Amino acid sequence: MSSPGVRDELSIGPPGTQYSMPPAEGPSDPSEELTYQYGLEIEARSQWAYARRRFFRHRLALGSLIVLLLIFGAGLFANFLAPYSYTEINLDALSAKPSLHHLFGTDSAGRDSLSRVLYGIRTSARVGVLVGILSTVIGTIVGGLAGYYGGWADNLLMRVTDLFLTLPLLAVLLVAAKYLGHSTPTKLALLLAFLIWTQIARIVRGSFLSLREKEYVEAAKAAGAGDLRIMLRHMIPNTIGPIVVSATLTIGTAILLEAVLSFLGFGIEPPTPALGALLNEGQDQGIDKWWLVTFPGIVIVVIVLCINFVGDGLRDALDPTQRRVRA
Amino acid sequence: MLTYIIRRLLYSIPVLVATSFLIFTFVSITGDPLGRLRSNPNITAEQIHSIEHSKNLDKPVIVRYGYWVHDAFTKQFGTTLFGNRKIWPDLQRVIGHTLQFILTAIIISVILGIGIGVYSALRQYSLFDYTATTLSFVGFATPVFWLALMLQVLMVQIFLKWHVRIFYTSGLSSSVGAGHGFHFLLDRVQHLALPVIALCALSTATYSRFMRASMLEVLNSDYVRTARAKGLIERRVVMRHAFRNALIPLITVVALDFGGLFAGAIVTETIFTLDGMGYYFVNSLFASDPYPVMAWLMVVATMVILFNLVADILYGVFDPRIRYE
Repeated sequence: MSSPGVRDELSIGPPGTQYSMPPAEGPSDPSEELTYQYGLEIEARSQWAYARRRFFRHRLALGSLIVLLLIFGAGLFANFLAPYSYTEINLDALSAKPSLHHLFGTDSAGRDSLSRVLYGIRTSARVGVLVGILSTVIGTIVGGLAGYYGGWADNLLMRVTDLFLTLPLLAVLLVAAKYLGHSTPTKLALLLAFLIWTQIARIVRGSFLSLREKEYVEAAKAAGAGDLRIMLRHMIPNTIGPIVVSATLTIGTAILLEAVLSFLGFGIEPPTPALGALLNEGQDQGIDKWWLVTFPGIVIVVIVLCINFVGDGLRDALDPTQRRVRA
Repeated sequence: MLTYIIRRLLYSIPVLVATSFLIFTFVSITGDPLGRLRSNPNITAEQIHSIEHSKNLDKPVIVRYGYWVHDAFTKQFGTTLFGNRKIWPDLQRVIGHTLQFILTAIIISVILGIGIGVYSALRQYSLFDYTATTLSFVGFATPVFWLALMLQVLMVQIFLKWHVRIFYTSGLSSSVGAGHGFHFLLDRVQHLALPVIALCALSTATYSRFMRASMLEVLNSDYVRTARAKGLIERRVVMRHAFRNALIPLITVVALDFGGLFAGAIVTETIFTLDGMGYYFVNSLFASDPYPVMAWLMVVATMVILFNLVADILYGVFDPRIRYE
C-alpha cells in the first residue's frame, strides 16, 4: 500500500522543503510487485472507507441516522411540510383533541400543534447543531493545547472543570441564562456552547496526553516537525474518533438542555417555537390537554435516542483498532 | 482511617473556598440584581443609589465577596436582597425536604439498578436483558422534566376518567387532613411517589447499565473461573465472588451522579410544586435575588464534596486492597 501520506511522513524537515528520502515508487517496488503477482494484496482502502463500511453495517446506527435525518429534514422544510403556519389561529378548533385536521391537536388559541412541533424541531435542531460545532471547536483547541503543552494552562483548565464538577450543570446554566440573556436560539446556543465545551476539552486533553508519548510523535519530532504539524497531522487524526463521537452526543445533550431551560422559562421565549418552549406552553394551558405535552416530548426522546445510537455506531466505526467488519 | 478522613476534610476547605469565590464572582458579574428597578420609571436614580449603598452593591466585587463570606459565617448567609427575609431558615426547611426526596430516589435506584444489572449480566442476551437494555436507552434519552409531566398527565387522566386518586400530582402533603402517624406517612408517600419515580428513571438506567458491564467483566475474570473450578456451587460463586467485587465501581458512579440528582430535583420539584431546594432555587432566580442563589449553590457544593468523601470511605470499606493511611 503506497499512499502519498506515507511518503510524506518520511520527509525530513518542515513541509515544503524538498530533501525527502528517495521516493519509493509504488509498483516499481519489488516487494509490492510480488504481492500483486501472488494476489496477496487486498484492495487498499482509506481509514474513512473502513469507517464508513463499519458504520453502514451497524444496522441500528444506520436506521437511527435515517430517522434523525428525516426528523431534522422535516424541521428544515417546516415551511413546506407544516399544514398551517405556527401562528395561524383556528377559532373553530380551540384546544381540539388530535384529529385528522389537526394530527397533534390544537392549543387553547387554536394553533395547530403539529405545525408548531415542526417549527420547534427546526429551532431545537439549530441550537443542537450550533452547540455541537462550537463546543467541539473550542474544546478541541483548548483541550489539545492543554494536553500537548501541559503546564499552567493545563492546570488551570483541569481545576476549573473540577470546580464545575461540584456544581450541577443545570444550576450553573440557569444562573447564566437568567442573567446573560437567553431569548433567541443563537444566544442560547452560544451560552450552552460556552458552558459545555469543557467535556470535549477533557477528552481531547486525555487523548493528547497519551499520544504525546507515542513513538510516532517522537519520530516526527526527531524528523524536525513543528508543534503545529505534529498536532494537526499526527495527533488530531488519532483523536478524531472520540472527537466526532462526543460532538455527536453533544448535539443530543444540547437539545435536552435547550428543552429543559426553555421549559423552566429560562430559554427560548415565545413566539419562537422550540420543543421545550412548547412543553412549557402546554403545561401552562392545563395538564388535561395531554396532546400538547405528549407529542413535543416524544419528538425530543426520539431525536436524542437516535443521536445516541448514531454516536454508538460512530464509536464502533471510528475505532481503527476494530476490525470487526472484514473487507 | 481517621487521619485520612481528617486530611480529606482539611483538603476540602481550599476547594470550598475556591468554589465560593467562583460562585460569588459568577453570580455577581453575570447579572445586575437591580436591573428591574432601573427600568422602572417610578424609581429615581437617587433611590437606586441609596439601595446600592445600603446593600454595598457599589463596592468592588472582591470587597463584596468579603462581606458575603462574613455574612455567611456570622449571619448564616444573611438576608435576601429584596424583602430582607432571612435565608437560612428557608433553606434549612427545603434542604430537609429535598434530602428526604433525593435519598429515597438514590436508595430505590441503587436497589433497582443492582437488581436489573446483575440479572441482565447473569442472563446475558435473554429477553430480560434486551428489554432492560432497550428501556435504559430510552431512559437516557428521556428528559426528566418530560417524564415528570407525563406522569402528572397520566394521573390527571386517570382521575378525570375514574375519579380515583392513586398519587397526588402536586405539593408535599395535603394541606387539610394530612393526619398523623401512619396517615401522614401514607399521605407523604402518595405525594412523593411521582417525583421519586421521575427522578429515579435516569439513575436506574445509568446504574443498571453500569452494573451489568461491571458484573460481566467480573464473571469473566480468572478468580471466578478458579472459584468455579474448585467446584463451588454457582450461587456461591455469583454471590460471594462475583457480586461483591462488581459492586465496588458502582460506588463511584453513584457518587458522581449525586450532583446530577440536584439538577433533577430542580425540574421535578418545579413541576410537582414541592417545597424543596430545586423549587426554592428556581423561585429565587425568578426574583433576581442573588443571595439565596449563592447560598443554594454553596450548600449544594458542600453536599457534593461531602458525599464524594463518603463514597471514598465506602470504597475503602468494600475494597480491602485500598488502604487509606
